[in-house]
Amino acid sequence: MLAVDVDKKLGEFQIEAAFEGESGITALFGPSGSGKTSIVGMIAGLSKPDRGRIVLDDDILFDSDAGIDVAVHRRRVGYVFQDGRLFPHLSVARNLDYGRWMSGLARDEAQVRRVTGLLDIGALLERRPGALSGGERQRVALGRALLMRPRLLLLDEPLASLDAARKREILPYFERLRDEAKVPMIYVSHDAEEVRRLASRVVLLAGGRVTATGGVKLLSSS
Amino acid sequence: MFELSPQEWTAVALSLRVATVATAVSLPFGIAIAWLLARKSFPGKTILNAIIYLPLVLPPVVTGYLLLIALGRRGIFGQTLADIGIVFSFRWTGAALACGVMAFPLLVGAIRLSIEAVDRRYEDAAATLGASRAWIFLTVTLPLALPGIIAGAVLAFARALGEFGATITFVSNIPGETQTISAAIYTLTQVPGGDAQALKLVGIAVMIALAALVVSEWFGRYAGARVHGV
Repeated sequence: MLAVDVDKKLGEFQIEAAFEGESGITALFGPSGSGKTSIVGMIAGLSKPDRGRIVLDDDILFDSDAGIDVAVHRRRVGYVFQDGRLFPHLSVARNLDYGRWMSGLARDEAQVRRVTGLLDIGALLERRPGALSGGERQRVALGRALLMRPRLLLLDEPLASLDAARKREILPYFERLRDEAKVPMIYVSHDAEEVRRLASRVVLLAGGRVTATGGVKLLSSS
Repeated sequence: MFELSPQEWTAVALSLRVATVATAVSLPFGIAIAWLLARKSFPGKTILNAIIYLPLVLPPVVTGYLLLIALGRRGIFGQTLADIGIVFSFRWTGAALACGVMAFPLLVGAIRLSIEAVDRRYEDAAATLGASRAWIFLTVTLPLALPGIIAGAVLAFARALGEFGATITFVSNIPGETQTISAAIYTLTQVPGGDAQALKLVGIAVMIALAALVVSEWFGRYAGARVHGV
């Protein structure tokens, strides 16, 4: 359970957003420039709200009144970036293992097999990120975020850099992930079809503000 | 042509030792300062930057003289350091210090550029995966900057190998202790009939410098290929 209530001024642009995320996939939906990525960055701790509160499972990640601001690396919030951001100097296997290593978790081969199987990346383990296709890269990025055992997974337009064919190829993996891995997810997108297919709950954003929240039915009217 | 007298061998070996120690010891400091200059803003940053680049623009003899004033036997800090057993004057360690100081701007400059070129988005990704700032530096920033660090180290090594003015001013020209290849060549050119011997040392200096550049090119290409992930 995630509760977000943040204000942040970015130049002329003002974000004032409050919403809640549940189990399953909550979509942050809105046009480019509506503040989706900035909000997700604040949940991850990569940028700091001017004011507000972010709570995850009764654990306060940020509270401006109480002066709480948990460091990024202690939040245990997974982040899949639009551009993947696989470490270019590490093999796929070591990219996948990075979060476990840095979070000080014990090696869990069964979990690695489960995740690599779920995402069909077992054959890529010895490769370097430079030798992966866009779709493979995003699947590895997803696996890397999952293997740190996050309490929440932030997916920031993970399909936006892929062409339509690659999107069709990778969407089923997200569906399997939603159904099999019990991690709540925030899915940022401006693609109504993706959101309809994946999300159970939608937060509509425009100009840095939440304009509506509800089921995926919200999208058919817009 | 390369039959060297024991004294000349000593000069060659001493040069290699001085340059190696100067590079190895200054490398961690170089990386730390390059990181500060590349990634942090703090009061006095411009001044720090200027001080580090000073040896590049000052006459080497001035740098050597400043070292003598500061760290010589009767220098400002020399006495205190001598009391705790650290002596630089007229020792090969002093030659290494002079070479290290002279090479430092080249070292910091190359490493700073390579750290600035590291994409910070990878560092953000590492943080979300649970890496603290120190671990991010060790596992992401440093490996991605490695080609520049190698280039900087080789450049510094080559510079240290050729250092003359600051070294001779600071620690003089003592065979076996502070007489490096450059100083030996200088000495030989000052005595009648020394030309042939000087020429041999010149040949060796050229070979060492060439070897350093070839090794650096090779390492840089290898590290670059690894960093770019193919």
